[in-house]
Amino acid sequence: MNTTTVNTGKFYGFRLPQPSRLWLSNVTRLVALPLIGILVFLLLWSFTAQKIDTSLGKFPGPAAVMEQFEALYDEHQRSREKEQAFYERQEKRNAERVAKDPNYTPKIRAYTGKETFLDQIITSLVTVMSGFLLAVAIAIPLGIAIGLSKTLNSAINPIIQIFKPVSPLAWLPLVTMVVSALYTSPDPVVAKSFLNSLITVTLCCIWPMVINTAVGVAGIDNDLVNVSKVLRLPALRHVQKIVLPASVPMIFTGMRLSLGVAWMVLIAAEMLAQNPGLGKFVWDEFQNGSSDSLARIMTAVLVIGFIGFLLDRGMLALQKLVSWDNSASQ
Amino acid sequence: MQWKKPFKKLAASLVLAVGFSSVAVSSSAEELGYPEKEELTFGFIKLTDMAPIAIAYEKGFFEDEGLYVTIEAQANWKVLLDGVIDGRLDGAHMLAGQPIAATMGFGTKADIITPFSMDLNGNGITVSNAIWEEMKPNIPKMDDGRPVHPIKADALKPVVEKYKADGKPFNMGMVFPVSTHNYELRYWLAAGGIHPGYYAPHKGDTSGQIDADALLSVTPPPQMPATLEAGTIYGYCVGEPWNQQAVFKGIGVPVVTDYEIWKDNPEKVFGITKEFAEKYPNTTVRITRALIRAAMWLDENNNANRPEAVKILSQSNYVGADYDVIANSMTGTFEYEKGDKREVPDFNVFFRYNATYPYYSDAIWYLTQMRRWGQISEDKPDEWYKELAAKVYRPDIYQAAANSLIAEKLATAEQFPDFTSEDGFRNPQTHFIDGIVYNGQKPNEYIEKFAIGLKSGQKL
Repeated sequence: MNTTTVNTGKFYGFRLPQPSRLWLSNVTRLVALPLIGILVFLLLWSFTAQKIDTSLGKFPGPAAVMEQFEALYDEHQRSREKEQAFYERQEKRNAERVAKDPNYTPKIRAYTGKETFLDQIITSLVTVMSGFLLAVAIAIPLGIAIGLSKTLNSAINPIIQIFKPVSPLAWLPLVTMVVSALYTSPDPVVAKSFLNSLITVTLCCIWPMVINTAVGVAGIDNDLVNVSKVLRLPALRHVQKIVLPASVPMIFTGMRLSLGVAWMVLIAAEMLAQNPGLGKFVWDEFQNGSSDSLARIMTAVLVIGFIGFLLDRGMLALQKLVSWDNSASQ
Repeated sequence: MQWKKPFKKLAASLVLAVGFSSVAVSSSAEELGYPEKEELTFGFIKLTDMAPIAIAYEKGFFEDEGLYVTIEAQANWKVLLDGVIDGRLDGAHMLAGQPIAATMGFGTKADIITPFSMDLNGNGITVSNAIWEEMKPNIPKMDDGRPVHPIKADALKPVVEKYKADGKPFNMGMVFPVSTHNYELRYWLAAGGIHPGYYAPHKGDTSGQIDADALLSVTPPPQMPATLEAGTIYGYCVGEPWNQQAVFKGIGVPVVTDYEIWKDNPEKVFGITKEFAEKYPNTTVRITRALIRAAMWLDENNNANRPEAVKILSQSNYVGADYDVIANSMTGTFEYEKGDKREVPDFNVFFRYNATYPYYSDAIWYLTQMRRWGQISEDKPDEWYKELAAKVYRPDIYQAAANSLIAEKLATAEQFPDFTSEDGFRNPQTHFIDGIVYNGQKPNEYIEKFAIGLKSGQKL
């Protein structure tokens, strides 16, 4: 789509040699224009921020956000030192107890201090990837089955259509109650809050993948299907050799859509349920009402956006890698 | 980089897998016994009166008991209560009314107990600037022009009546249907002749607005200032720092503190499920010990540690508001109108006056208010009040904790009530804004004394 950039060969009235002109136009498109865009945005942002007075002070501009970013990083460093001290104290306590009580098997407990901003980012990332992978594991086989069988498609389609537009905020209370009822181990391997976020993410991001996979599978070239028929491939071989390769571009389009949905859903779920992660960070700061809160929320907003962007680019790269045709872009 | 909460259990169980079989407590353990459950998660709401939990963590009192505690802020009181009931939280900073109402079955039914009362006082009632301007002419002034405190709801009554006459609802906020704040706000309003409305749970009415002059609704504490600013409510009753926040933001004026409504009234409690206390008795006593030590630290040497406590509370993972906002009330002062800062040394008491002892009479006061406003829809004999209080409030656990602290010389016997003669009832209490005396031994007699409120035999 992007291969034909209009190129008059003129640059400020000079006629440049062909390869150099191409290079320059690429630089303009890939570096200069985005830079200009960002710059204009920053200017607009700092200008508008000054005009907005909230009861917690001025709306944070780029400078305030930068400052909070540093403060959050410092906080992270301090927390690591505290963590170190925590483990040292624990070892000492364990040793004392073993001296008094030789039967005791010392146990090292994980640090109980606050989660820093960086920890929250990692928590969110791990959660979103787990939820997304679970959705992939369900959606792709389901999508293939629906794509292959018209009967199944007619049976399941209404359900998909009804569940697809449901907001994560509607799923969350149900998920929370069901997880609480079913997941009752006294010493759980993963926290309930993690499961709640994960399942909510899965429920919301499964649909674009199912639909795209089904459409991809259903739309396979008839010639290919006929080849398979001629060769009398068994069902599984047919899926493996014909269906999958042919529908990979559509499957990945669905996955890319889903990952975007997953990331948005996760932040909302974390905010609502106070599950650890970036969403909780935002909500906590909103509740704190300190003079730094707005700048911290803005910092989180930028980080959320940036991570969302990286996830999307990552999926795109993967899509290009797996798919033989390079039509996938942007 | 370290993976956090959701994954730590996984890491911990891998470490543990090596020697899982021999965790049993040996007989040579010290007298109190090692905690049965060492890793605990406690919930709280962003309010300064969660301080004992934060201090017990930061000062290492939990660790001294062999407890490894994670402290998590909760979105609102309902989420917090559900967390304790379904086991996501092992214990929490709770509204005194929550364990009582849960045990009684008003709202969610669950057996929750408290071995530790967290503090006295600490709340205030704030009205918006506009309402304050309308109230002001009705308030007597001192020689220097500042209003005379305590301000009674009499000053608000004409304002509410004007709203009523204009057909506008007079909306106010409190934090939970069984919250201290609901009862305090109702108490103050009713003492000034403003009807705050009845509940009728037997008819399915849990909004509490039957016959109301002022309509009270639920808003989570940290959202109060924002809700007031948005104009959804004209005033609210909430704990600190959310009254002082309104002053700092210039959006409202605290008119009265709960200290003035009822001097040294019991506030939050530390709530755990009855099941937890039965399953982990040593852990329960040890938690109580750590909390008692934290409360002692908070009130030590005439509040000398308060500035340090404020610094800890202003961390974003605890209350998170600015230092100055929290310090206003935590260090023995309270700022009413901007610039009108007055001494209230007992604004928030954590240990003095036996603040941490779970008195049955405190629980019974809450029950009388639940009956007064219809949350308990039918008459109950005095005995019923006492039995319910004894189910929820557990001075026996408190005593075990206090005695072991005394034995280890971490505290002295004089710092606690005399356990040999203590019956769990405070002497009749007199310092109420309407002058009515409360005797916890006679709840029905007490309920009869109020001009506004349900009396014996009445049912909606």
